[in-house]
Amino acid sequence: MTMHSKYRTGSDRNRGAPVSVLALLGLLAAGAGLAYVSVKRTQPYRGDHRPPDSAPGRTSRQHRYGEYAVIGNTVTINKPRAELYAYWRDFANLGQFMENIEAVEVTGPDSATWRISGPAGSTVTVKTRVVDDRPDEQIAWRSVEGSEIDTEGKVMFRDAPGGRGTIVEAIVAYRPPAGEMGRWIAKLFQKEPRVQGRRDLKRFKMLMETGEVATSKNRKAA
Amino acid sequence: MRALTYHGKHDVRVDTVPDPEIVNPRDAIIEVTSTAICGSDLHLYNGVIPAVMNGDILGHEFMGRVVETGPGSTLKKGQRVVVPFTISCGQCFHCNKQQYSACDNSNPAENQDLTTPLYGRPVSALFGYSHLTGGYPGGQAEYVRVPFSDVGPIVIPEGHDDEKVLFLSDILPTGWMAAENCDIEEGDTVAVWGCGPVGLFAVQSALLMGAHQVIAIDHYPRRLELARQLGAEVIDFTQTHVLEALIEMTGGVGPDAVIDAVGMESHGFAVDNLLDTVKQTVGLGLDRAHVLRECIMACRKGGRVSVPGVYGGFIDKFPLGSFMEKGLQMRTGQTHVQRYSQDLLKRIEADEIDTTFLISHRLPLEEAPTGYANFYSQQNDWTKVVLKPGA
Repeated sequence: MTMHSKYRTGSDRNRGAPVSVLALLGLLAAGAGLAYVSVKRTQPYRGDHRPPDSAPGRTSRQHRYGEYAVIGNTVTINKPRAELYAYWRDFANLGQFMENIEAVEVTGPDSATWRISGPAGSTVTVKTRVVDDRPDEQIAWRSVEGSEIDTEGKVMFRDAPGGRGTIVEAIVAYRPPAGEMGRWIAKLFQKEPRVQGRRDLKRFKMLMETGEVATSKNRKAA
Repeated sequence: MRALTYHGKHDVRVDTVPDPEIVNPRDAIIEVTSTAICGSDLHLYNGVIPAVMNGDILGHEFMGRVVETGPGSTLKKGQRVVVPFTISCGQCFHCNKQQYSACDNSNPAENQDLTTPLYGRPVSALFGYSHLTGGYPGGQAEYVRVPFSDVGPIVIPEGHDDEKVLFLSDILPTGWMAAENCDIEEGDTVAVWGCGPVGLFAVQSALLMGAHQVIAIDHYPRRLELARQLGAEVIDFTQTHVLEALIEMTGGVGPDAVIDAVGMESHGFAVDNLLDTVKQTVGLGLDRAHVLRECIMACRKGGRVSVPGVYGGFIDKFPLGSFMEKGLQMRTGQTHVQRYSQDLLKRIEADEIDTTFLISHRLPLEEAPTGYANFYSQQNDWTKVVLKPGA
């Protein structure tokens, strides 16, 4: 996938033009390059051509980017980058904190097959290949042939300011397929992944910081 | 095991429920020897805290003996421990800053989603309270699973009665932090609304911290008498205009610091409170905040407002103009219990703080529903109830 190679203007975003999701996301990744002067005003600006702000594209009031839906979350973890990267890079670990993963089979240095649980006891198979691997910084992947869903994503690790550990940002884009299957997948993907993604990242933080995932259950089997 | 469970407003029962077991590595199982009903349990009893489910085990003030430990626990079987009501991991950003009640990691991820829309950020977990704060089974039971048992529980040397140390779990550090949040200076007057257990401990703490004068406000004669015995001046709001009295009792200045030890269900017949009661009853405007409003109005210019009282939702008619124009500061929060445990244990051992004077009733756990009913309806005489499992 191509990331943040070009900037789109805010008006593109507002029209919902089918831009590359990740180009849009580049707005945030390359935030350092974007410096806009904040101007005080007494009433909302009404112009049609509004410059993009500094916020991640996924927090836009508009939620769709062409054919893709995008979810993304950020969490700060009180651990060094290298440790978090290493844990994530071993995909077999991810089932420890990602609740919807039934099984991960690591099929090569850069490839894995995921069995993800869906509604009503269904299972979706996704095969992925790592497309960009920068040690201690970023892991990006995309789905390959044999997957039931077209998806791509990345997780980025950067130092938090003031020695506060590492800021971990995970972004997943996916294209719901068409047809009846699409409706079902959309249901699977429009709500659940957003919620699951947020919770999974919190569980990752718990596991890394405390060595366990918090639960209020009083018994193992309950 | 037997445990006190919630079944709806004013309906709590002692049921037989499955025993807890070690679930996570850092867990310990505690056999409860003493547990208390907290004033904030009455907010649950009255049904004004959201996300309390039928069957939830209540109770967050408890102590007992360690009967089982996970591989990551530092406790040993047989040790006596008091367990803080806040559940804290000890390793996140907040715990490292001793903001234990803001722990990032104790509230399960799915429960964190419940609090985010209400509070903006997810809050940490507490024992035996709402599912907003984790939904962890509480301490009014024979056994409790204690997560992060290497961080929270305070090991108690043999030789101290349960009742002397039990309140290290919540109300003593809560009263202490309430006074600490007043930043007391020499010559200060501190006014405390509410002479329940937290208010009474705040009175003691403020005097220990050097307050020149503490004025306690309530309407129950028995509770005002307890405050007087601790060295406070008292105001009975049913016979005295509180704001006028506070000004006259402070040389025309007003109290330097004020403490709202009442929270979201304040009593009294002020107009704002009657409106709030109506709204609370029909489910609008969750919190009844007469005391907080009065605290702010009473406080001197540039003074401090400390809020240990529990609030859960929104208030209106907030006297923001008074707050801003007088340049007040407000400090609040669930208590960072672990921050104060060792210091307060030493003060109890040195007899600096009297912890047992407020206990009015001791009941077997089986009679806990009676304890709730009376603690709620007879607040003059039922000042604190301690429950004994297995008795």
